[in-house]
Amino acid sequence: MRMYDLPDARGHFGPYGGVFVAETLTRALEELRAAYDAARKDPEFEREFRYELKHYVGRPSPVYFAKRLSEKCGGARIYIKREDLNHTGAHKVNNTIGQAMLARRMKKPRVIAETGAGMHGVASATVAARYGMKCVVYMGSEDVKRQVQNVYRMKLLGAEVVPVDSGSKTLKDALNEAMRDWVTNVDDTFYILGTVAGPHPYPMMVRDFQSVIGEECLEQMPELAGRQPDAVIACVGGGSNAMGIFYPYIKTDARLIGVEAAGEGLSTGKHAASLCAGKPGVLHGNRTYLLQDANGQITETHSVSAGLDYPGVGPEHAWLKDTGRAEYVGVTDEEALKAFHELCHCEGIIPALESAHAIAQAMKMAPGLPKSAILLVNLSGRGDKDMHTVAERSGIRF
Amino acid sequence: MSRIQARFEALRKAGRKALIPYITAGDPAPGHTVPLLRALVEAGADVIELGVPFSDPMADGPVVQRASERALKHGVGLSSVLAMVMEFRKEDAATPIVLMGYANPIEAMGTENFIGAARVAGVDGVIVVDYPPEECEEFAALAKKNGIDPIFLLAPTSTDERIEQVARAGSGYLYYVSLRGVTGASHLDFGEIAKKIPAIRAATKLPIGVGFGIRDADSARKIAQAADAVVIGSRIIQEIENGSSQEAASRVRAFLKPIRQALDA
Repeated sequence: MRMYDLPDARGHFGPYGGVFVAETLTRALEELRAAYDAARKDPEFEREFRYELKHYVGRPSPVYFAKRLSEKCGGARIYIKREDLNHTGAHKVNNTIGQAMLARRMKKPRVIAETGAGMHGVASATVAARYGMKCVVYMGSEDVKRQVQNVYRMKLLGAEVVPVDSGSKTLKDALNEAMRDWVTNVDDTFYILGTVAGPHPYPMMVRDFQSVIGEECLEQMPELAGRQPDAVIACVGGGSNAMGIFYPYIKTDARLIGVEAAGEGLSTGKHAASLCAGKPGVLHGNRTYLLQDANGQITETHSVSAGLDYPGVGPEHAWLKDTGRAEYVGVTDEEALKAFHELCHCEGIIPALESAHAIAQAMKMAPGLPKSAILLVNLSGRGDKDMHTVAERSGIRF
Repeated sequence: MSRIQARFEALRKAGRKALIPYITAGDPAPGHTVPLLRALVEAGADVIELGVPFSDPMADGPVVQRASERALKHGVGLSSVLAMVMEFRKEDAATPIVLMGYANPIEAMGTENFIGAARVAGVDGVIVVDYPPEECEEFAALAKKNGIDPIFLLAPTSTDERIEQVARAGSGYLYYVSLRGVTGASHLDFGEIAKKIPAIRAATKLPIGVGFGIRDADSARKIAQAADAVVIGSRIIQEIENGSSQEAASRVRAFLKPIRQALDA
């Protein structure tokens, strides 16, 4: 068993993480830390969280042996963790339930969220409806265009969706705007951050809520496959589904492989692979790897999947990369789309484009491995939201 | 004695309050910045906060965001901002210049490189919005060692304990953010400010500047009753962006004149 006990009391993972925020938020983050610490020690909170995950989300999500896909690749056996089967269609809801429960404990009647592909926005709007809270979701205006259906879903659920027109009009700008809202309405508002980034305690808290994914796999893999996997593979934008499945496996010997969006290719500059091609800096409240120019300005990113279109990454991933405990690779738009179609055809599963990046990595690795090898892929979400994007790529318009 | 300290000392003796205007370097274009700095001095600026453009200005409202975007379109980065300060210093050795911005451009340059270059350029203080004291102990120490004041923010949400902690870490002056919100917001609560300033005074001998949301002579005068300095940013940037760039400096002078008068009345 490996030892691992991060972050430290001030939210640092080695040189990464921390609390890099304007003073107005300092106290709000301290209150959040205190509330989360208390909740974590409270068996009642834990009991309710597990109850919600079981009865509202539908957990545990199954692990599925992708037999036909494995045979087609001709090598390692590929297993898929089915987070796409959760209520709302992605892993995001694991975290939004935890944070909404905290918001309720802290007596904050209003929640806000940022969203890229819209999945975190939908999951936030969902739990806000479930707990009777007012919900405002910030979304880059580019993403509003790309994800029309999710915008409508959020509105159906009673949330207000605010398009963000500043900067690159994508996820990072939505996060900026959510922070600005929080700083303005800090007394009555809880910020439900959607990934393992942001200032402490968010990276730790979101990881903890999401780690139910990996915990279930630790139990399910021996039952289904007879042993733990040789490698665990997950896509990484901000990195919450990856931390969720990696974290319980850090102490095992499994390889941990994070898959970033290589967009049109790492050499083209049109990608969103901050760990593969960025360097450390400070953004959105924490120190981590960032895509930036020589002047330290954050650069625009590109990925076919809105959910991976982010120039930073959770600080714990930065630390796992530097220490070598996890490996990070890039998968291009084209490779992800190919994997998307392959999974549809071979297994009858339509993956989110984000998750298709992880599938693509498994398809790359499997042929070079023996049939006894086991790969576990986190299928973080379903692809219904991506119908328009995929159809457009194939020249089809609805 | 640092230039900032000397300036506040002189103001105190004269019984005057400091006017601290803010502009973003490189807005509307790089060539305008040094003339605008001179116009601010002519209009009665005691200290100038010069914004370093950043792609993701999380603590700023739409006005300062736009200024940042205009500057970035011209490729204005931290090194060009330092060159502007150096240019300004050729003709003005007295007015303190405080750079205000975000951590990432500084870290991209390297903190030691930055402090060294800032000292050479004639920078007197730095406000790094997303560097709270506990995340930048080395940076603040290095700045002080090089005669540059690390200036920290306090907020309506800061507790007494926090005020003491921040007051210990800062030098030059303390910057009290007058409202919950971003720069340029318009919901000042004078009652809350009047209550908070004495709590800060109890913890520090440093002068106290107040900013975020001060828009005119009236709000400046009210704030100056409690504070030592009044910071105005977004309204000046609005003067710069509303009209021809050539006449920006004269619009800014005209805008600041009644504010200076109100502070001196």
